[in-house]
Amino acid sequence: MGDRKVVITGFGAVGPLGLSAGSIWDGLRDGRCGIGPITAFDPSGFPCKLAGEVPPYRIQDFLPKAYRKAAKLMSRDIELAVIAADQAFRSSGLVTRAIESGQVNIDPQRTGINLGAGLISCDLIELAPAVAASLTDGRFDIRRWGCEGMQLVPPLWLLKYLPNMLACHVSIIHDLQGPSNSITSAEVSAAAAVAEARDIIARAGADVILAGGAEAKVNPMVMMSQCLQGRATSVEEPDRACRPFDKDATGSVFGEAAGLLVLESVDHAIQRGARIWAEVLGTGEACSISPDHPCLEPDGDAIRIAIEKAFEDAGIGPRDIDLIIPHGTGVPAEDLAESKGIEAAFGSCIDGIPVWPTKSQLSNTGAAAGAMDLIAALFTIRDSLVPAARNFQQIRPGCRLKINTSPVAARVDRVLCCSFTYGGQAAAVILGRWQGR
Amino acid sequence: MVITGMGIVCPLGHDVGQVWRAVLAGTSGADWIRIFDASTYPTRFDAEVKGFDIRRFVSQAGFHLKGNRGCQFAVAAAAQACRQAGIEIETSRPDDGIDRRRLGIYLGSGEGSVDNETFFDAIARSWDQQTARMDWTRWAKIALRSQDPIHTREQEPHMPSWHIAVLTGARGPARTCLTACAASTQAVGEAMMLIRSGKVDAMISGGCHSMIHPMGVMGFNRLTALSTRNDDPKTASRPFSASRDGFVIGEGAAILVLESLDCALRRGARPLAEIAGYGNSADAFRVTDMHEQGRGPVQAMQAALQDAGLSPDQIDYINAHGTGTIENDQIETLAIKTVFGQRRVPVSSVKGCMGHLIGAAGAAEIVCCVMALQDQVIPPTANLHDQDPRLDLDYVPLRPRPARLINIMKESFGFGGQNNVVIIRRYPS
Repeated sequence: MGDRKVVITGFGAVGPLGLSAGSIWDGLRDGRCGIGPITAFDPSGFPCKLAGEVPPYRIQDFLPKAYRKAAKLMSRDIELAVIAADQAFRSSGLVTRAIESGQVNIDPQRTGINLGAGLISCDLIELAPAVAASLTDGRFDIRRWGCEGMQLVPPLWLLKYLPNMLACHVSIIHDLQGPSNSITSAEVSAAAAVAEARDIIARAGADVILAGGAEAKVNPMVMMSQCLQGRATSVEEPDRACRPFDKDATGSVFGEAAGLLVLESVDHAIQRGARIWAEVLGTGEACSISPDHPCLEPDGDAIRIAIEKAFEDAGIGPRDIDLIIPHGTGVPAEDLAESKGIEAAFGSCIDGIPVWPTKSQLSNTGAAAGAMDLIAALFTIRDSLVPAARNFQQIRPGCRLKINTSPVAARVDRVLCCSFTYGGQAAAVILGRWQGR
Repeated sequence: MVITGMGIVCPLGHDVGQVWRAVLAGTSGADWIRIFDASTYPTRFDAEVKGFDIRRFVSQAGFHLKGNRGCQFAVAAAAQACRQAGIEIETSRPDDGIDRRRLGIYLGSGEGSVDNETFFDAIARSWDQQTARMDWTRWAKIALRSQDPIHTREQEPHMPSWHIAVLTGARGPARTCLTACAASTQAVGEAMMLIRSGKVDAMISGGCHSMIHPMGVMGFNRLTALSTRNDDPKTASRPFSASRDGFVIGEGAAILVLESLDCALRRGARPLAEIAGYGNSADAFRVTDMHEQGRGPVQAMQAALQDAGLSPDQIDYINAHGTGTIENDQIETLAIKTVFGQRRVPVSSVKGCMGHLIGAAGAAEIVCCVMALQDQVIPPTANLHDQDPRLDLDYVPLRPRPARLINIMKESFGFGGQNNVVIIRRYPS
């Protein structure tokens, strides 16, 4: 049996700060904010008015010619995943049939995908004409819907909204016939997908897996759901809206993104002379068990356990971590609980470790969030630079985390990324600088 | 890796024994749709869970009553499975020999229904047919007034795993996957792998789903995937027959307790069967169709065999995906022949009785496989009176068949081309 280490050899991202991982990192490093007024729909009746939107793009630019017709089956979530996947393969040096059909250098049966996805909310504008054709005396009449209304819904409508379709389209475009999964654990989806992909490669179930997450949350139904749950801030100035761990934090801002990483067995990567960005050193997952707290319990136990397991898996301890990227939603109770969980896992050494939340710039991109942070972590390792946390002024009372307030140039060898979500799931992933064999 | 507990809630009943008896008898779970008024739908029947009350399964039902329909089924099935496995539930001080940090959850579970009382009317009242525009301000006003925050949250596919964590105190990994009709087979396969990796000792795994709501049935009707045999719902699900015309949508949950053999023996839990192998693949063909040669299913079957260290001739029975759509049954047959060659291994589909539980289907069918091993009998394909002459395998029509069973292959293929296969082995073999 060869070396079972799993490394990252490429990645792609689209998100509020740009249409490429590189431009998103530039924005993060330069302290730009990707959050702005919602343009996808008129938000004036909504309690929240801001979002992190992806800049305009043309999906056809990212599809091989033979697959352009399929664009009509793609919801926005799928489009974002397709763009990030294209970029990820290009950055890795792996050539799929979509990149250059004559020069394919992947073994399709040994190449897989593990793509975290959200609950895709349907486009109400698409349904509305069918609903309008189903009214009796101005009220929705399901009997008219059953015989007349639904005939106006496109026949393949359902396929746009099944969360597994992100992975399916990407696997078709790039001919990925190996293991395929669609993890739907809301905001921990990407971290769980990376953890599972690493395990699959480590057990020799595949050589390469494209892993991460994608979700487009700038949709009236999703935004309304987060507003109703009290997680969305109503602050209307982007510079003050999302401020994780700040004493004046009032909630999260939601957005859209896709982040995908090329995970590869180290043997495979070295054999083909790939550039190795980092190693996945360890992962840990845990769950909250309180019926009263849909996210973390107040002591952050799930995040603590996830981090402890990741340390154990990586064979390292708190002192070995150079940077923590927390989930950091900016929802006050969530910030406090996450802080407590991280503090408990790190003990006294927490005082010396910089903490850099990204959601004040990238917004909360749901199933993509964990992948965006892992990609940001790769750049902090490459550049040995920890950017400043944006929108942060003063720590929330009760939190002990050392939020990084100005850019720090210092060697970054190991980064811990945390994820948690309503539903109680939590995950921690540790990436480490590749030190050679 | 062994199975030490099972629970099920499905159209055929609310416990494993009842469901298994119905499967052997070929009883149909199908009937007219009662959950909503489908009297004008192209398909007016389904396979519903009937007479379900979560309070019969757990004592602290209040919290779980807020869960979506599939979630409530999952909690009931998990309670059954944990009881059988000797895992204590609804206690903050469990004393059953299982370290809660090393007890995880892996579900293939689907989304819950929107609130149908408000969803359609809110659209109708906010839509301007002349300009073809939504008045989002008006829609937001209605939504803010009428939508229930808990209902919207509980609609999300990963919420059942929270409910099971609360029920059992499980502190380990809690993953949810939604690979369409293959989801819960995938969940069981990956849960087994988590135990094998040594990261956990035990997993509560399986699936739950209910797409029996106006949007779900509409979606499948538009795809023309459902049977429209409205004159005879009970025989509508007829996998491998010449007159099959689509699947019958079902709902339910099935949960298994998986653990390492060491863990089971240490605790004195009785292994019911072993999970011997798992394979997973993608068709990478089309989102609308299966690969004509069944390339993905073949690869998943071969991967599962390799993982279990078995050759095809060691498989005694195949529990098929067998949905009763023209396409699936034909391509599944082809794929089986590719892997198994000339050998006529018995193949059957319990969907003829149970209907298609979508995300929960695979786990419910794994429960049947375990019972088949225990009773040494192959469950029949119900309603198979007129086998499709183009399909030439032994589909075990109508009547159960006693057989010596050691290894069973369970197949599940999802819309979009994600394929999952597990191999279940008699314990002790």
